[in-house]
Amino acid sequence: MTSILVFVEHKNGAPRRASLEALGAACATGLTPIALATGPGAANAAAPLSAAGAKKLVVVTGADSYSPDGAAADVVAAVKSHGAVAFLAAASSTGKDLLGRVAGLLDCAPLSDCTSLTYAGGTFTVQRPILAGKAIVTAQSQSAIFCATLRPNTFAVATGSGSAEVVSVASAGGKVTVTGVAAKGDAKLDVKEAPVVVSGGRGLREAAGFKIVEDLASAFGNAAVGASRAVVDSHWRPHGEQVGQTGKTVAPQLYIAVGISGAIQHLAGMRTSKVIVAINKDAAAPIFKVADYGIVGDAFEIVPALTEAVKKAKAAN
Amino acid sequence: MKIIACVKRVPLTDAQVKVGADGASIDSTGLVYSLSFYDDLAVEEAIKTKEKLGGEVTVLTLGSSDASKELRECLAKGADNATILLDPNWAARDARSTAKALAARVKELGGELVFCGRVATDRDQSAVGPMLSAYLGWACVTDVIKLELTATGGTAQRETESGIETVSFPLPAVITCDKGLNEPRLAGLKGIMAAKKKTIDETAPVAVDAAVKVLKVELPAARKAGRIVGEGAAAVPALIDALRNEAKVL
Ligand SMILES: Cc1cc2nc3c(=O)[nH]c(=O)nc-3n(C[C@H](O)[C@H](O)[C@H](O)COP(=O)(O)OP(=O)(O)OC[C@H]3O[C@@H](n4cnc5c(N)ncnc54)[C@H](O)[C@@H]3O)c2cc1C
Ligand SMILES: Nc1ncnc2c1ncn2[C@@H]1O[C@H](COP(=O)(O)O)[C@@H](O)[C@H]1O
Repeated sequence: MTSILVFVEHKNGAPRRASLEALGAACATGLTPIALATGPGAANAAAPLSAAGAKKLVVVTGADSYSPDGAAADVVAAVKSHGAVAFLAAASSTGKDLLGRVAGLLDCAPLSDCTSLTYAGGTFTVQRPILAGKAIVTAQSQSAIFCATLRPNTFAVATGSGSAEVVSVASAGGKVTVTGVAAKGDAKLDVKEAPVVVSGGRGLREAAGFKIVEDLASAFGNAAVGASRAVVDSHWRPHGEQVGQTGKTVAPQLYIAVGISGAIQHLAGMRTSKVIVAINKDAAAPIFKVADYGIVGDAFEIVPALTEAVKKAKAAN
Repeated sequence: MKIIACVKRVPLTDAQVKVGADGASIDSTGLVYSLSFYDDLAVEEAIKTKEKLGGEVTVLTLGSSDASKELRECLAKGADNATILLDPNWAARDARSTAKALAARVKELGGELVFCGRVATDRDQSAVGPMLSAYLGWACVTDVIKLELTATGGTAQRETESGIETVSFPLPAVITCDKGLNEPRLAGLKGIMAAKKKTIDETAPVAVDAAVKVLKVELPAARKAGRIVGEGAAAVPALIDALRNEAKVL
């Protein structure tokens, strides 16, 4: 039974959706998926991970405050002890941080932010965007152990049966320690993972203009607020919300761009969204070239009306 | 302290990309290069650290001798030395072979603190910094937006999906720099003159076999043509209808 190790991020045992997607990609290879979770409550992840296809859960104990190099050493130990042929994680900030460390420790070439993954004849082949999505590379790993992160919102979550065997191992610990996290508050979804992203640009005139964008996001219930670099540079919004080449790459089900012109660096971060809606007063704005649906006009008139309509549509569901 | 900033030249972010004749590379004709956005932050942080804690800054790139233009700009801003690990095939190197070559040079230089960019905006891997730390056996903190250093260690803040993390770490360390950490300075006239006199080391990197085989490079499929559903608030019902019944995302 050749296995594939998946690092699972979780909050007190509730796995992140992006980690479940990575587990889904592991299941799709036909190899035996082993999940690894570390930190308080990791054992609680057994049920949701079994339901998403994990055959085994390695619970790393003694790592109450996360150590990135410690986690990498724990992953490498588990890869070796299980003879796993691959290591997968979500292309989140934790996953990307882990990937280079694990690949370095295993002396293998990492492939980050993959958008497709196949396993055939003992070889892993991936697709991944480069140059901010302006080109797509198809590449084969020639390393003994395949190491990759997978783009959120791109792979399907699997359904598993039975319950995963749970084993505990003690953490090796590390040099670097997370001593605190200023949480964003549970209600706030991250742009990278939210199924719906409502982004605003300079067309909103000032920081206070984002009220209409926030209202629209909360009408969806599952939406995050995003921003163009122009507004982040003007300090209207935090950098964590910036979408684009020097911000985050997002691929939600629905991306709504409000008062954003659609500069190439912005498109780089959102062009693989499933459905794109643009609201802009300039019918010639480049954002309309990638939008599936556009409304030309004043955001301050259109967005509040859209918010009301979305609330109604959601209530009727 | 021996401080090293690793920098890479990448195509300008508004570059028009063409696929090479072999179908498995980027056609580099006509591409204009500059330092990757985040590597400017790495250079700035290296110089700021030298100004605060003392020491010497070396800028290090694995690339072609064309990089001397950008390295000279780094010298003009306040870096002391510059090295190019010459490889005509640098653009095709994978993250592993890049990190191994950089690690070997960092050891030779006796580096104690390395700054990298969060990501090089060509291959978009975000891997070389943490890999380098693994090869060196050093601590590493990625995506740093705030940094406080002493001679033996430091604390950093990094932005994650769940909020801002505070991290403590010992030296030696690799730090990867994210937007917000600093505002890169411009070179002054005095620095530019001084940089002209400095020599840029050129040396061969250690040989490492590639471990990734590129089968194909292609342009992304064009999005299917969209449509303007209307003008002003009056178009909202048509949009809702399209999202609900056509796109099925509502
Ligand atoms: C190296 C580099 C990296 C970059 N990285 C990024 C990145 O990661 N992300 C990013 O977004 N940008 C990035 N940029 C910047 C990018 O080039 C653009 O400058 C930026 O995206 C523009 O932001 P914007 O669309 O909000 O503003 P603008 O281009 O000023 O557009 C504002 C839009 O709002 C519309 N508008 C005005 N008033 C209204 C109204 N009342 N109602 C509706 N519409 C209205 C206008 O018609 C216009 O289209 C980068 C640039 C460089 C050089
Ligand atoms: N060829 C290179 N020469 C020097 N530094 C590099 C090179 N490639 C990557 N780096 C460093 O590693 C960082 C991350 O690169 P990457 O892993 O390719 O996204 C960059 O921002 C640089 O600091």
